[in-house]
Amino acid sequence: MNRSLIKVRSQREILLGFLFVSPWLIGFLLWTVYPLASSFYYSFTRYDLLRPAVWIGLGNYIELFTEDATFLKVIGNTLYYVLLSAPLGVVSAFLMAALLNTKIAARPFFRAIFFFPAIVPSIVVAMVWQFLLNTQFGLINSLLQGLGLPVIPFLSSPALAKPSLIMIYMWAQGNAMVIFLATLQDVPRTLYEAAELDGANAFQKFWAITIPMCTPVILFNLIMGFIDGFQSFTLPWLITGGGPSNSTELYGLYLYRNAFEYLRMGKASALAWMLFIVIVFFTFILFRTSARWVYYGGEK
Amino acid sequence: MTAQVSPIPSSRQPGSRTNKRRPWTVGEWIAEIVKYTVLILLAISFVMPFYWMFSSALKNDAQVYVAPPIWFPNPAYWNNFPDAWNSQPFTQYMLNTLFLYAIPYTIGTVLSSSIVAYGFSRLQWKWRDTLFYLCLATMMVPFQVQMVPLFMIFKRLHWINTFLPLVVPAFFGSPYYIFMLRQFFRTIPTELSDSARIDGASELDILFRIILPLSRPALTVVSLLAFIGAWNDYLGPLVYVHDQSKFVLALGVESLRRTFTFNSTIANAYPYLMAVSTLVVLPIIIIFFFGQRVFIEGISMTGIKE
Repeated sequence: MNRSLIKVRSQREILLGFLFVSPWLIGFLLWTVYPLASSFYYSFTRYDLLRPAVWIGLGNYIELFTEDATFLKVIGNTLYYVLLSAPLGVVSAFLMAALLNTKIAARPFFRAIFFFPAIVPSIVVAMVWQFLLNTQFGLINSLLQGLGLPVIPFLSSPALAKPSLIMIYMWAQGNAMVIFLATLQDVPRTLYEAAELDGANAFQKFWAITIPMCTPVILFNLIMGFIDGFQSFTLPWLITGGGPSNSTELYGLYLYRNAFEYLRMGKASALAWMLFIVIVFFTFILFRTSARWVYYGGEK
Repeated sequence: MTAQVSPIPSSRQPGSRTNKRRPWTVGEWIAEIVKYTVLILLAISFVMPFYWMFSSALKNDAQVYVAPPIWFPNPAYWNNFPDAWNSQPFTQYMLNTLFLYAIPYTIGTVLSSSIVAYGFSRLQWKWRDTLFYLCLATMMVPFQVQMVPLFMIFKRLHWINTFLPLVVPAFFGSPYYIFMLRQFFRTIPTELSDSARIDGASELDILFRIILPLSRPALTVVSLLAFIGAWNDYLGPLVYVHDQSKFVLALGVESLRRTFTFNSTIANAYPYLMAVSTLVVLPIIIIFFFGQRVFIEGISMTGIKE
């Protein structure tokens, strides 16, 4: 008798739980599962939104890898961008947080200023940096010239455009920085005190305590950085528009172009699915290696 | 979240080498000087671009194209602000951004994310944690992957050129904000809801009468972040909203720039662009100025280990 009562209760609880999370669950099915499934289907079709989709098997994938020279360039650009921007973004955020975590005057003031670029609309960040980096009358080149240095074509040279975008990305790392700062402040003081008793210097403490204690958050921010990098769109789109000579044509831009400029929804779906698989794969690899370098504390 | 960010006495900070009794050595002086130099240089790198935007907004073309650069334009053309704003229907763009996108998006996100977060934190049921981890995992599905199929779905629904594709999904909760609210709800003592349950309150009563009033700081952060997210969004409106009369501010700025790129003889292109950029970022600066502590502490929560 008791058992059936418990069963009824737990069924009621499950029902109630599902009821409360149902907005997310329904949204998950509508806006995530269904789109993923349907784009998987469309990736095997030719579809321009006007005429019905035509099944072409692996056609889109074969075209991408054998006939599409731009795509190979896009892959190169994206790997270059992601493999540099994600780690450098983490390094930049971590160093800024470590600096703010030392004994400094007016910490809240500096923290607010360091964080601020992260909440500025991308359109404004894009306009401002495009203006600053202009070769003819941009502030940065004017200052370089004032110092007797040559003009640097930050955004107009294929060799420098990607590094310039990465620099702008590193500049707006406020979110990751704030998360690091909170983590740094959670590192138990006793660890540092013990190290000091053993005669450790500041660098040794940073290397042997601060960094290991932050590895879980480094992993989190690194994964977020990779995902950001792979789907990076707004800043490159607005600042360089993929140029010069396709040097900043990143995956996100190419996907957008195929979908909404060339109306090649099938090819864009194939691109979207490959992006999804690559992101899952990268995340998985990072997690797999994490056992070797991430410290999860004593209890867990 | 209500906790101070730096409750640790400064003398116990990790980088601290100060001992009040002992005078600093030369090495410590050098370290201090280097530290503050780096701090100030970084601060300049974050502030200078925005100051430059503002000061360029006050210039005319002659002042923009001159070397060496002018830091304090004199005369300052304050009229650039209204002139640039009125060179396109920016008032319309702003009203669209606010009332068609940012405000409904924020209401939907806060409401639905609170309800879902309640189910993931204040109720005990089988599969709760499994579903929660699934919810977290969906944060990793990039928007770019959903963008193409969602566009096809919304096209079939005849929602293109409306704000429905941007606003309706907000009413289904957003994993990031669900996570933040759940973290906060978990800190509220269970005794509060238990005694309400004994008094016969329903779960919805408990959520709206007890949990939400106690969660004002978390709700503030989520509302602010959701609002700013919508205000700043460029890609969403770019994909779904095509009529100029429905543009949001981000699209308006981009369209202003495009008119300048296609017709380089227009006077005051850069001052106008910088003036409009300044006006678009101004509300964000005001919100940030008043709420920066709440903000930064809220984002810190997302890094908390389970």
